[in-house]
Order: sequence, then C-alpha cells, then structure tokens
Amino acid sequence: MPKSLSPRLAALRDEIHGYAKEFGLDFFDTVFEMVSYDEMNMVAAYGGFPTRYPHWRWGMEYEQLAKGYEYGLSKIYELVINNDPCYAYLMESNPEVDQKLVMAHVYGHCDFFKNNFSFRHTNRRMIDDMANHATRVRRWVDKIGVEKVEDFIDRTLSLENLIDQHAPHIRRNPDPQRAEEEAKSNERVEGFKVNREYMRGFINPSEFMDSQRKRAEDEKQQRKRFPERPQRDVLYFLLEHAPLEPWEVDILSILRDEAYYFAPQGQTKIMNEGWASYWHSTIMTRRALKDDEIIDYADHHSGTMGVRPGAINPYKLGIELWRDIEDRWNKGRFGKEWDECDDLRARQAWDKKLGAGREKIFEVRKHYNDITFIDTFLTAEFAQQQKLFVYGFNDKRNSWEILDREFRKVKNKLLTSLTNFGQPIIEVVDGNYENRSELLLAHKHDGQDLKGDYARETLRNLQSLWRRPVNIITRYDGKGTLLRYDGQHHSEKKVEL
Amino acid sequence: MTLKIHQDHSRFKQIVRGKIKANLRKYVQKGEMLGKKGKDAISIPIPFIDIPRFKYGHKEQGGVGQGDGDVGQQLGPGAVEPGDGHQAGQGEGDHALEVDVTLEELAQILGEELQLPRIERRQNERIVTQKVKYTGVNTTGPESLRHFKRTFKQALKRQIATGTYDPKMPVIIPTREDRRYRSYKLQELPETNAVIIYMMDVSGSMGDEQKEIVRIESFWLDTWLKHQYKGLESRYIIHDAVAREVDRDTFFHTRESGGTMISSAYKLCRDIIQADYPKSAWNIYPFHFSDGDNWSADDTRQCIEMLRNDILPQVNQFAYGQVESPYGSGQFIKDLREAVGDSNNVSLSEIADKDAIYASIKDFLGKGR
Repeated sequence: MPKSLSPRLAALRDEIHGYAKEFGLDFFDTVFEMVSYDEMNMVAAYGGFPTRYPHWRWGMEYEQLAKGYEYGLSKIYELVINNDPCYAYLMESNPEVDQKLVMAHVYGHCDFFKNNFSFRHTNRRMIDDMANHATRVRRWVDKIGVEKVEDFIDRTLSLENLIDQHAPHIRRNPDPQRAEEEAKSNERVEGFKVNREYMRGFINPSEFMDSQRKRAEDEKQQRKRFPERPQRDVLYFLLEHAPLEPWEVDILSILRDEAYYFAPQGQTKIMNEGWASYWHSTIMTRRALKDDEIIDYADHHSGTMGVRPGAINPYKLGIELWRDIEDRWNKGRFGKEWDECDDLRARQAWDKKLGAGREKIFEVRKHYNDITFIDTFLTAEFAQQQKLFVYGFNDKRNSWEILDREFRKVKNKLLTSLTNFGQPIIEVVDGNYENRSELLLAHKHDGQDLKGDYARETLRNLQSLWRRPVNIITRYDGKGTLLRYDGQHHSEKKVEL
Repeated sequence: MTLKIHQDHSRFKQIVRGKIKANLRKYVQKGEMLGKKGKDAISIPIPFIDIPRFKYGHKEQGGVGQGDGDVGQQLGPGAVEPGDGHQAGQGEGDHALEVDVTLEELAQILGEELQLPRIERRQNERIVTQKVKYTGVNTTGPESLRHFKRTFKQALKRQIATGTYDPKMPVIIPTREDRRYRSYKLQELPETNAVIIYMMDVSGSMGDEQKEIVRIESFWLDTWLKHQYKGLESRYIIHDAVAREVDRDTFFHTRESGGTMISSAYKLCRDIIQADYPKSAWNIYPFHFSDGDNWSADDTRQCIEMLRNDILPQVNQFAYGQVESPYGSGQFIKDLREAVGDSNNVSLSEIADKDAIYASIKDFLGKGR
C-alpha cells in the first residue's frame, strides 16, 4: 500500500516545492505517495485512481503495463491526478535524481490543472467520486449479477467518446419559451382582411401566402423535431430518452461523468505535458541538479523527449513550443512589424529585448487548449526547425511514408488530428426517425471515413441501449451512406446528403 | 500482497480464454498463430477485445510526424503509432489485441474444447535430473563467480558519475559496491519419456497445400502431447520411394518428384524404434501423413505386415492421416481400415482440407492413448 515519503525524500520535496513557488507556479496542495512498481502499474491501469469500479479492461491495461515494465520497454515515472489536493505517485525503486525530476514535473502539471480554463469546471473531488462510483457499481453487481453489469459497461464504453467535448457543462435542455412559441405556431396564416374579393390577389398575393404557409408549417415541423437541434452529447440523450432500467441509467451516468472528467486532459495533452516538461527542465537545470546527477538526468530527459518519425511526442512538441513562445516574447518577435518584415537577416537578428517571455507563457497556459495553442503559436519557422511533416499510407508501396513538409499542410493536419480529440464528430439528429422511434445519428464528415467494422460493431452496442433500430448517416468514398442495425441485421444504403 | 487489480486482471484473463475457445476452430484451421512462436508461449490475436467506437481508420487518417527524411521516404516498420488497427474501410479489421498464451494453457483449452481424454500413459516412470544454469547477475556471491566485465563497467559508471574518472589517466578501481557476480538457478530437466515419429510422403503428388495441412496438424499434435508428457522427443521421416530421417525444417520443406513406397518409411520407423526406444521406457507415437497413393498393392501388403508384427505391438498409438490431393487415389486408408482398422491403438483420419483439421485432431487424440 502507498507509503508516505521518507524524511530524506520529504526534504527533497520541500526543496523542489520551494523552487516551483519561486518560479511562480501556482498549484493545489500536492500529496506525494510512494508505491512499488506493481502498485504503480495498478494505479496507472486505473487511470491514476486508487479505486475504480470493477471492470476487466483495467486488468488488460495492467497486463500490458506490467509486461512492458518486465520486458524493460516502458516505465511509468509520473502519475498525477487532477484533484484538490492533487495526488501524485513516486516509484520507490527510482533513483533520487528521478524522484526530483518527477516532483518538479508534477508541480508543473498541478499548476496547469489549477489554472488552465479547460479544467475550471472539472470535479476537484474526483478521487472521492471515483470511489463512490466504484461502490455504486459494486452494489449493482451484487444485485444484478456481474455478467449483466459488465456487459452493459462494455456496451456503454463503446459510446464513451460520444460526448460534447468542447462544452461539457452546457445543458441544452428544452427551451422555456417553448410553450409560448407553441401557441404562436397555432396562429393560422390568414393574411389581411379582404372586403372586395377581386382585390384579394393584390392584398394577399397567393405566392406570398403560400410561402408564409410553408414557413409556418416548417416551423411547426422544426418544433416537432426531436431533438430540436442536433445533439452532440449522445450519452445525455440516451440517459434522457433511451428505455433504460434504473441500474442502467445509474451506470451510464457514472461513465458519462468520468468521460467528462477526463476530456480536458485529452484536449490539452500537448500543452500540459509540454508545460510540465518545461518546468522539470527549468527547475532541475537551474536549481535542483547536483553535479553527479547530470548524466542520469540527461539520460532520463532525453528519453522522455525522444521522437519516432511516425508519431508526435506531446512532451517534445509541447516543451519546444513553450520555449519558442518564451523566446519570441523575450525578443519581441511578434506583432505587425515582425509579421511584415521579410528581410531574412533582420528577422534573424531581431531582438527587442522585451523580456516578456515568462509572463507570456503564464498567460498562455491559462487561456488556451491544444487546438488554439497550435493554431496561434505554431509558426512556419518552428515547423521547419522541428522537422515536422505529414505522413500517410501509400497503398501501392504498402508502407507509411512522408507526404509533405509544407507548413500549411502540416499545421492543418495537426489541427485536424486534434479536433474533437481526433475522433469523428457525431450527433443525434433524430430520436424518432421515420416516425418509428428509430435513432438517427449523423457523422459530420470532414474528409475521413469511419472505420467500417468498428462502426457496425458500435451500432450494435448502441442498438442494445436504444432497443429500437439505429442508423447513422456518414460518407464512404464520397457517397452518402446510411448504416443501419435493426437488432438482427446490419444494412447499408446509399443516401443523398 | 494482493492488489485490487488482480480481480480485474483475472477477469481479463478469463475473457481472453473464452475468446480463444470461441475462435479455436478458426485458429486451428488457419494456423494463423503458428508464425510467432516463442519458446513456450505464443501470441494469439484476439478479435474485438478492444472496445469498438466510431473512429477513423488509421490508414485513412495518417498524421503528423517529426524527424529527418525527404518527401516520399518510407517510415520504417514500428515508426508509425499503432493501436488504431491498420486496416481502413469496410473489410474485416485486423484490430486484434495480441495476447501471450503459454502452450501449456493452449493445450488445456484445446483439450477442453475438443473434449480430449487425458492420455493413459503406458510408461509412467520419469527420471528428473537437475542442471545448474548461470543466467543472472547479482551484487553478492563468491569471488570465484565474480563477473569481471560487469564489475569494471559498474566502477567506470560510478567514476564518471562522481567525476573521479580521468580519461587521460584511465584508472578504474572497483569498490565493494561495484562488484558483480554471476548467479545461477537450478533447473529441473525431466527425462524424456515420449517420442513422436512423424512420417510424411513427400512425393510429387503431395503439394504445398497438403504439406501446410500436415504442418498445422502436427503443431497441434505436438502441443497436446507436450502438455501430456514433459519433454517430448520428435523424429522426422520423409519418404518417396525411399525413406530418410531428417530434421524438422527439412521435413516440412522438402519436395521430391519420385514415386511412393510407404513401406520404406515404416521400415525406417521400425528400425528407429528398435534402436532407440525400448518399449519398457518409452511412450511411442508414430504419425504418418500421405495422400493415400502407394506404389503397389504389394507394397501396401508389406506395410500392413510390418504394422501388425513390428510397430503396433510397440507403440501407444499409430496414427495415419490421409490428406486429400488431386493426384492421389486415396486407396491406402481403405486398405488400412480393412486390415488394422479395428485394432484399438490405430487411428485413421481423412483430412479433406484445412477445415477438416479440427475434426481430425479429435480423431487422432480422442482415444486417449
């Protein structure tokens, strides 16, 4: 079980804590706990929480982590939970220099959790709530049986990404003005009063009257639509409208809560990891490192920053961007004058000695998420320096290859891969499709097709919650396609978009 | 110490086992797991254990990477982030999770699924020998086992780290803490007490497909018998008009063009048994595969005689698998059936195609001998 820190490590923690404060980091109280590698793997398998509801996939996660550790392929150094107080774990077998590095890194994360706007609405008592979730699920397991509960969780997890990532706390409930509008819609379109029948065509031209009638009819239809507007929070829609048993409702809402809790971490991965890396590097190299620790530190740090060609390392990309921003704002490399300067030599020598870098990065860490961060601060120079490229699959050669190094394309691809978490955007558009209580989802196609076998399997899981046939409109090879699962069979037909 | 995760972990393992069972017939036929064999574990792709979602195919998606290289340069295997499956589009995906299963466990699953009886051992005595293996490095140990290189490496590391190493005067002095020692483990080596003698017709009429079937089937026979006997020997005989003993690799990859004299293989089999495997100490399993085409009725008579007089009295079970081929007449199994079919340590199986492997394994192993 987790142990508190030894006096020696507690002293080191106080030291690092002092540096973090000195540099202006602002965080919740942070509790460090000491764990064995096995416990570390367990906590990591549970997504950082010591207590989660029972489910086999934590076991799968654990197996992979444990295997990775045994084979020496991977090792978890740092694990920290967004909570007040923050909880962080240190692995007892790590050398002292690693512990210091991890502490510095953790303070970076905690500062980010506390200050970045994406986390403002997150549940800061999640550690307790997770434990409560576990208790609730266990209670249902005792009552309903493990097979049934597990099976329901499996099916719900399949839909876990269908939440409204970017507006977690907006409830788009039925409009309070609805009744009023309802009344209004009942007014019939009658036009002006006509005394002389031969004037009717002039006072109430029939074309105009028809269009008015049509509009009224459309509006009525609109109001009848269910949901009124397409709804991104598919899980919420199911909670409200699917014919679920009370225990199913409870579990679904637990899973939805957890999905929203984790969403901001996905939206700020590059910023957050970059920020923590920036701070461990700053604190270690400027303050905490002792001479004889430099080699081990460098080895660890370079391991974290390593890149493979076919992947973005958020630690590396993040830290470099933070440093780039700091450097640019120190030297005044921004604004109209800078943008309009195309004298290469002048640009290279540009240094207005503004010294505003530190201040700038603290401001940026507050108001951005990965998308706006990349969109605003990833420059052509930076992309070139960092050797970024777009890669894709070449069917003819049956291999992955570098497609492009052009800045615009790199940036667009990066932004696309971050939009909605790199997941397709899917909405409920009709809960009474074809007037037969069928469910209709729509995929907002942005140039990438859905993975077909996954889509069919997901529909199957959705159907088991909705209990009536489910449909999704998407596009395959540019053609509008309606995938349908009616509880027994999958079908597919072309539709006009 | 027990961790909470162990409950979830064992549940996961249970699910994996269930998935393997449910797909066993497919694995057996395709032999799709035979490729990546470790010493005694095997990687099996489990379909749909990851949770399906609405998502993009990774191939469809591509991504942004970082590093050197010109446009058009290929990214090496492993460079691209896996995890999203590799197949886009509509087909059956290969988004499989690879799980490691020990052959031991696999054999158990096979046994449960095919309802195979445990083999009744004829010879039960087992001599266990112990062997010392030097496998590890330790920080303590007798000086006689000191690991010179590792000790000095350690000392060098320490000196560099503490700044006491001078490249101009490269003197390395190990301290007590630097010393490393080889450490050993005792391994128990059970004495082999079962042998499989594989025989295969490699004459022109046995094509690649037939041999693939034999390869897959023999993998399963091996797996099952290994599960029953710790430490199992295998011998391999190929024959066309003449027979010779070969190694495993040659066994599966030889193709001859000559005619077929099955008796030559049986004769060699008999000689091997007589020379190396006294009945008193060995459980003996000859497995013979051919397409059923023999040179002459006379040769077949010789085979049967040899079986009756020399082989069957010596062995636990003699098995003959006839793999259907477009060239063979398939006569041999009929002759065997007539002559020795009712003898209880003979099992005969016709294997029409890969689909039939599953049933054929049961034919071979279902008698529990």
